[in-house]
Amino acid sequence: MTTRQSGEAPRRTSPRIRARRIRAVQYALLVAVVVAAGLSADWAQIGRSFFDPGLIRYTVMHGLWLALWNTLVYTAGGFVLGLVAGTLLAMMRLSDVGPYRWLATVYIEFFRGLPALVVFMAFSLLPLAFPGLAMPLPPYGTVWAALGIVGSAYMAETIRAGIQAVPRGQIEAARSLGMSASQAMWRITLPQAFRIMIPPLTNELIMLIKDSSLVFIVGLSAANFDLTKFGRAAANSNVNITPLVVAGLGYLIITLPLSIIVRRMEAAASRGR
Amino acid sequence: MTQAEPLVDIRGLNKYFGHNHVLRDIDFSVARGEVVCVIGPSGSGKSTLLRCVNMLETPQSGTVRVNGRELTDPDCDIDAARRQIGMVFQQFNLFPHHNALDNCTLALTTVLKNKREVAERIARENLERVGLADKLDAYPARLSGGQQQRVAIARALSMDPALMLFDEPTSALDPELVGEVLSVMRRLAAEGMTMIVVTHEIAFAREVADRVVFMDGGGIVEQGPPATLLSAPRAARTRDFLKRVLVPVAD
Ligand SMILES: Nc1ncnc2c1ncn2[C@@H]1O[C@H](COP(=O)(O)OP(=O)(O)OP(=O)(O)O)[C@@H](O)[C@H]1O
Ligand SMILES: [Mg+2]
Repeated sequence: MTTRQSGEAPRRTSPRIRARRIRAVQYALLVAVVVAAGLSADWAQIGRSFFDPGLIRYTVMHGLWLALWNTLVYTAGGFVLGLVAGTLLAMMRLSDVGPYRWLATVYIEFFRGLPALVVFMAFSLLPLAFPGLAMPLPPYGTVWAALGIVGSAYMAETIRAGIQAVPRGQIEAARSLGMSASQAMWRITLPQAFRIMIPPLTNELIMLIKDSSLVFIVGLSAANFDLTKFGRAAANSNVNITPLVVAGLGYLIITLPLSIIVRRMEAAASRGR
Repeated sequence: MTQAEPLVDIRGLNKYFGHNHVLRDIDFSVARGEVVCVIGPSGSGKSTLLRCVNMLETPQSGTVRVNGRELTDPDCDIDAARRQIGMVFQQFNLFPHHNALDNCTLALTTVLKNKREVAERIARENLERVGLADKLDAYPARLSGGQQQRVAIARALSMDPALMLFDEPTSALDPELVGEVLSVMRRLAAEGMTMIVVTHEIAFAREVADRVVFMDGGGIVEQGPPATLLSAPRAARTRDFLKRVLVPVAD
């Protein structure tokens, strides 16, 4: 600690004081921008376009909950499919059999590199290539398959990393007790890997929730609208942004708690290690 | 007893890691009830030899027979063979997601298909045997290194093995915790358990072993009763090794 001594020759400003000044300037700028925006904007107009109380009430009463439910159903199906396919792909990536590894790698790199939008478009056009092809449970079959394919590519890498994070000694201990390879995998490796995987898998679930907004590509009837499609349709027909804002809040109702849970788990994990 | 056949019988064992010839034509056998300590410099192949006994490493040639089963036979049910061979690792390798009791019951219920209450009784007995009757509910992270290693011993004993393998069981422990693990092993030896112990604890080998094996460069250089091998080694390499490991103890 430096003790302040009176009568010393004037020194250059200390780094701490300089940092404080720079921060003060930043805050001043921020306030200026906010004030300028506040003065120049037409608040009444903005309020009417974004937060029309009547339209909020109308949107919530007429279809918001159904759309929220549909978004959940689309995402849940895609997530479960993605998890199953992702586990399978992860096992293939870790396999001793070369062709399994290569296949899985190609699949994962391919679908991680493609925009989800492209996958959805391709899926909605599949009947062109396979005339007479009918995905089961329309529109769910198509949506679940598309989301599952996109999700599985990401989840496979998460699951593989989780399995590999379990120390080799765990498997050796299990095998030396006479457990078979699959018993060791199910009883020892996967339970430990799963704990490691929960936070990243939750992040992938959040991503999938947002990707489910792409279902509009598939072509839906009103009863099957997800949050985005529902919000956009209502916004268009009312010539007002409010329904889209409400739909956006609908996403936050799902994603915010998940984000908070992930943050909690990550904090607990870093404390526990 | 007129037990002619050794419990462990290894013939012409060769193990390579890539081009590294780690075990060179090893012949090695252990009688029932015998306690064998394996010593030798780092990298001499002690762990690899031990891990070949229960096939955690697959040798390129040679035969490994344990308790009448040939583990190197491609048709051998390796999981069944391993049930009779307990193994204790340097790093304990307890299952962190199970408490001490369940570390011991897990293989009893999944491998031997024991009923839960039978498995618990066996696990409890063995945890008592290593002095941990009061730690049944503790998770490994809450136990000291010495306690973890004793749980690991109890876990292996719960399978009622014919043979116990120890790979430097005290090397990862703080010095003040070494004694509690060694005394459990000492008692086990006194009870007549067949044991192969890779160790740097020369004093333990001198006291407990029926036979000491000195390995160097992937081969068995010399073996014999501890009094002979440790006090009057014949090979120069053994003498050099013992001089190096015994000097710090002597002062
Ligand atoms: N999984 C492995 N892959 C490649 N090489 C290995 C592997 N395990 C051991 N080796 C090599 O085999 C040789 C013998 O190793 P081993 O672990 O059996 O020696 P050790 O006598 O147990 O030594 P230490 O006293 O250090 O434990 C060493 O040269 C080591 O580098
Ligand atoms: Mg070793």
